[in-house]
Amino acid sequence: MSTPLLHVNHLEKYYQKTHILHDVNFELNTGEVLTLLGPSGSGKSTLLRCLNGLEAYQQGSITFDGQAVTQKPKQWQQLRQQIGMVFQSYDLFPNRNVLENILLGPLKVQKRTRAAVLPEVQQLLEQVGMADYANAYPRQLSGGQKQRIAIVRALALKPKLMLFDEVTASLDPEMVRDVLNIIRQLADSHAMTMLVVTHEMDFAKQISDQVLFLADGRIREQTPGKQFFEQPQTERAQNFLASMDF
Amino acid sequence: MSSWAIIQQSLPLFQKGFFITLKLAALGILGAIVVGSICSLIQYFKLPLLNPLVTIYTEIARNTPLLIQLFFLYYAFPQLGLRLTASQCGIVGLIFLGGSYMAAGFTGGFEGISSSQLEAGQAIGLSRWQLARYVVLPQGLALSVPALAANIIFLIKETSIFTVIAIPELTNTALDLIGMYYHTNEYLVVLVVAYAIILIPLSLILTYLERRVRYGTFGN
Repeated sequence: MSTPLLHVNHLEKYYQKTHILHDVNFELNTGEVLTLLGPSGSGKSTLLRCLNGLEAYQQGSITFDGQAVTQKPKQWQQLRQQIGMVFQSYDLFPNRNVLENILLGPLKVQKRTRAAVLPEVQQLLEQVGMADYANAYPRQLSGGQKQRIAIVRALALKPKLMLFDEVTASLDPEMVRDVLNIIRQLADSHAMTMLVVTHEMDFAKQISDQVLFLADGRIREQTPGKQFFEQPQTERAQNFLASMDF
Repeated sequence: MSSWAIIQQSLPLFQKGFFITLKLAALGILGAIVVGSICSLIQYFKLPLLNPLVTIYTEIARNTPLLIQLFFLYYAFPQLGLRLTASQCGIVGLIFLGGSYMAAGFTGGFEGISSSQLEAGQAIGLSRWQLARYVVLPQGLALSVPALAANIIFLIKETSIFTVIAIPELTNTALDLIGMYYHTNEYLVVLVVAYAIILIPLSLILTYLERRVRYGTFGN
């Protein structure tokens, strides 16, 4: 049996006295896609942010790629190069063009040469259909285009794990499909290991190897993908799926 | 003698004052920007030891009148063995006052950056310093331009207080002439026009720059 890429063990998270995450446990193997589902405020995004050092956790442990996470800033700085994250609000840097946005990490953080990185970036841009936009500024792009660039910006660091935090939540419906297709493609043809928070149930059903259903900061169901959608065990999950109406 | 003749006769003196005002203001503003940006970075990174010192400095500088600051520099410092010329006092005073205002302007800009921009920077592995260099500084400076522009105009106007330590800038020139020849109206008109010649075009240029920088950085 191979060791999992990500192992989350008895994770507890508080904001002051509010208990946000209760005893979260799961494992994620290389190449697997895990979706985090649950109602708003259930702690999905917080959990994702804990996995990228944007939120501290108070108890429990995370092991990534055989390495125990210490929560020290220096270590997170290292780990973030291997754990890419894409946000709901894209957050491209407005003062840098598309190429400069993408190259910042590989050139300044990873100290790779422009000549080595550029062909990879070109290829990524082609994959997401944005090859003609290398010199455009974020203000000239639509939401869907910005999100595709944000995905490339994260992929350019060659991460082992990608975290997607409701990346289609602020997009127009027709753009949602483009972005979801890119993520699906990543899972299928690149076997990228991913943790996805989403409210797109059809997409989640297609892509999930594993589903974590969270409510009130607790994992209520932890099942293989298909099973969650076809035979949800808990009443919470049944209600949740009924309310999503997909 | 006609008013016009009085004005014409005074122009060479006002011209001298005009350039003294410009020169002292320029040096003071440049110094204030340097001091302000250093103080603001110290506050942004909450550098130990230096951060509380900066807080003390900015509180004192912003909450005492420039007039009193100049009296200290001009009359009290020589007692302590530090003798500066009047012009040096003026420049140092303007930097002392302006540095604190500029620091507040920069700090406002840095704090105006959305937290999601900082997280996006962290998420690609930027270190604290890289985050400052590639995200906080470019965006924060753009956001602080309106405050800096207001401070620049404010500091130029403050140079009129230099008259109390007998620096022959514009206001001092006017007051001197009035004291000697009593043509109050004429000299005051020249004085107002001289300030307007400096400040109105500058204010227009700064407004234009504000818009350019804003568009160049944020696209709106």
